[in-house]
Amino acid sequence: MVKLREIAHSRTGDKGNTSNISVIAYDAQHYSVLLAQVTSARVKAHFADIVGGEVVRYELPNIAALNFVMEQTLGGGVTRSLALDAHGKSLSSALLDLEIELPPEHDR
Amino acid sequence: MRTIRIGSGAGYSGDRIEPAIELAEKGDIQYLVFECLGERTVALAQQARLRDPDSGFDPLLEARMRAVLPTCAAKGIKIVTNMGAANPWAAARKTADIARSLGLSKLKIAAVIGDDVLDACKARDLPLLEIDGTIKTLGNRIVSANAYLGAEPIAQALRGGADIVITGRASDPALFLAPMIDAFGWAMDDWAMLGRGTVAGHLLECAGQITGGYFADPGYKDVDGLARLGFPIGEVGEDGSLVVTKVAGSGGAVTARTCKEQLLYEVHDPTKYLQPDVVADFSQVSVEEIAPDRVRVSGGRGTQRPETLKVSVGYVDSYIGEGQMSYAGPGAVARGRLALDIVRERLQLIGVRASELRFDLIGVDALHGERLSQGHDPYEVRVRVTGRTENLAEAVRIGNEVETLYTNGPAGGGGAFKSARDVVAVASVLLPRELATPSVRFVEA
Repeated sequence: MVKLREIAHSRTGDKGNTSNISVIAYDAQHYSVLLAQVTSARVKAHFADIVGGEVVRYELPNIAALNFVMEQTLGGGVTRSLALDAHGKSLSSALLDLEIELPPEHDR
Repeated sequence: MRTIRIGSGAGYSGDRIEPAIELAEKGDIQYLVFECLGERTVALAQQARLRDPDSGFDPLLEARMRAVLPTCAAKGIKIVTNMGAANPWAAARKTADIARSLGLSKLKIAAVIGDDVLDACKARDLPLLEIDGTIKTLGNRIVSANAYLGAEPIAQALRGGADIVITGRASDPALFLAPMIDAFGWAMDDWAMLGRGTVAGHLLECAGQITGGYFADPGYKDVDGLARLGFPIGEVGEDGSLVVTKVAGSGGAVTARTCKEQLLYEVHDPTKYLQPDVVADFSQVSVEEIAPDRVRVSGGRGTQRPETLKVSVGYVDSYIGEGQMSYAGPGAVARGRLALDIVRERLQLIGVRASELRFDLIGVDALHGERLSQGHDPYEVRVRVTGRTENLAEAVRIGNEVETLYTNGPAGGGGAFKSARDVVAVASVLLPRELATPSVRFVEA
């Protein structure tokens, strides 16, 4: 088991009450691992206390990346949220804490 | 093939000033773009304009223009910016004054006006996209309604000879797309080119976020020189090809990784990036490092533009009161939690009316809540209590109750902070595009 942080990097963006988090494989060989293990259901469960709406995953094989769009996540909207991090910019770091099972043929 | 170089001089209203000077002096650029207008900034600027009809534009307009105008005028670099905020025409006249005071003459400055669509929105009761309700239900709480204009009026101003184009609300990528349309004469229904140009604009619009800013993670993604981060330059060909680079010797880095992160920044469905000029498709984009700090980006696509324009509606939402206090040393977390419990009980006892309250321990669980925040106790914590209220007086009471922890709360509380503010929030509506009628107005220095 490794942390997602070992095989991918990530950036959070915000629009209204919706947050999006990219998960980008450092090495394209790990894209299949991301596809199999970083599912929208798993992301929704990881952020169960934060995400109030749907989590939709988009796939970008050309850049070995996934994009998660999480609705009802930013305290009612960036411009009105009570949260310390109203934009949710720190959410990407929380997602990189996911545990990933690396198949034996994959090195970091 | 003809190529232009566009520099990105600011990624938000408060961004650093010097990187734009570096771009103007050493970037070999023909266009310098400043994206300075956040989601709610127009609404706040509109409030300022209501108090003073000559205000309502970006507060850093003068500092930025003074910093780059002499070099840009000498080299013929054209400037495009949305620093006009709620008053592009006043910003244009102000810029003319600044140019004259710098001894510059014959500069043609254009204001793009017509993004203010408050009357058109009020005339038809459009539904709000992010919150329940319509324009009508916002009643007199509505402050502003501004349509995201596209590249066309900006390109028109450039073709009309403008050296500087100042807009209010415009789509951020359109600020970059307009110079391409100006230079290459792309048709406004050439969806393929507009799609590629939008990829370029999207990548450049947040300035330092593609040159190593908002990226570094020591041991994993190391970036040198963030204190003197260079801002990006887009080399765009007339076929829409793109190379992202920066001034040699500046801090930061342009790599495949920085470009991938920025490509997906604030993107939802990558096949449908909705813009006033085009629906861009980022899903087939590839990036390739062709030299140090040079990344080729290809594969952007586009299809026909939407029939509606997104309109940002500013409204007075509520008031927020806040208080903070720090605790340190052994038992800091326990005293912090005790402090939160005391304030929670106090707010009930004295009957503060808040529709929403938050109790956070900064350093422990403030960012992601208790469940995700497992770990060791920190040396110090900071109590933070925030609440949403219907008026300012009520909001003030929240911070007061945190401050009184000094003499009434746990041992060793220090560094109290309190604030109360009104909240101008934004929501969106979709407006039939024919109801926004942009126009261009010139002033000469």
